[in-house]
Amino acid sequence: MELDKFIANFAEQLDDTDPAEIKADTIFRQLDEWSSLSVMCTIAMVDAEYGVALKGDDINKAQTVEDLFNVVKSKKA
Amino acid sequence: MVAILSDCRHSYNLDFMVPYNPFSLEGKTILVVGASSGIGQSTAIECSKLGAHLVIVGRNIERLNAALSQMEGDGHSAIPCDITNDEQLTSLVETLSKLDGIVLSAGQSMTLPTMFSTRKKFDGVFDVNFFAPVELMRLLCKSKKLQSPSSAVFVTSIAGTHLWRPGHAVYGSSKAALDAMIHYFAIELGHKQIRVNAVCPGMVETPLIYSNGVITKEQMEADRKNYPLERYGQPTDIAHAIIYLLSDASSWVTGHSLVVDGGITAK
Repeated sequence: MELDKFIANFAEQLDDTDPAEIKADTIFRQLDEWSSLSVMCTIAMVDAEYGVALKGDDINKAQTVEDLFNVVKSKKA
Repeated sequence: MVAILSDCRHSYNLDFMVPYNPFSLEGKTILVVGASSGIGQSTAIECSKLGAHLVIVGRNIERLNAALSQMEGDGHSAIPCDITNDEQLTSLVETLSKLDGIVLSAGQSMTLPTMFSTRKKFDGVFDVNFFAPVELMRLLCKSKKLQSPSSAVFVTSIAGTHLWRPGHAVYGSSKAALDAMIHYFAIELGHKQIRVNAVCPGMVETPLIYSNGVITKEQMEADRKNYPLERYGQPTDIAHAIIYLLSDASSWVTGHSLVVDGGITAK
């Protein structure tokens, strides 16, 4: 599981944010377009791409995209 | 004594000393599908308190037995069956005797944005929420197990008929399809005195709403406050509406979707 690929998958769920702006240390909650629908899309993306069932709370606890990557990685292990 | 009894005449049938209750299910045999938890289980228990004989169906016999143990009266039975399995469904219908009512409450939830709502996701949810209850209803009518008169009650959802929130497309669509079907069943079965209605709940405190964890407890708490009655429903709130539609109190009601939602769709 690669971080770069995860960041690209994460960025793909956003509509108004330039994918180049999304980095490992991006605090995703501070993105202008972040919403409850973004949470659902992220959960659905992680399920489809990694076969991991994230919960809303997993996303609440994470700050950065890399935090989220680590959660998914640990659940996949 | 005579004077006292005559004072009570407005509310008691003195011939049998049975309390007047148009919502009674005394002597009726009622099938409840999805009775191992949530709304189905509560409905089965409440129906038993009103005198019905219940046949309860669900996938897990242990959970069905747990429901049986909470029911009042005698003559109830539990049949384990996965109604999405054609063979099990056919076998269930063969096993059943004549019915005065059925409640179709088996359901599966899914929270998924439309962009991820693939055909496969729709198929899984529609199998449980739409095709299985519709096929069971069809088989019960064809085999004449549903008597004339009788009442069928489907559990739908405001997510399919009134309230469009992100993430509920697959689940809501399956309930919308079910809502359409109750009207078609109602108009085609009316001449047999088989009434077909739906109870259409808002959010109800059942295992189903917590099943996937996509919506956090904090989000649910905020959503609860959105309801004019400031709470989600309890399973008994829905069970009592179902009982109205099963009972003779609703003898002239068919093809109706009864919204029970704490007022959220009135906003």
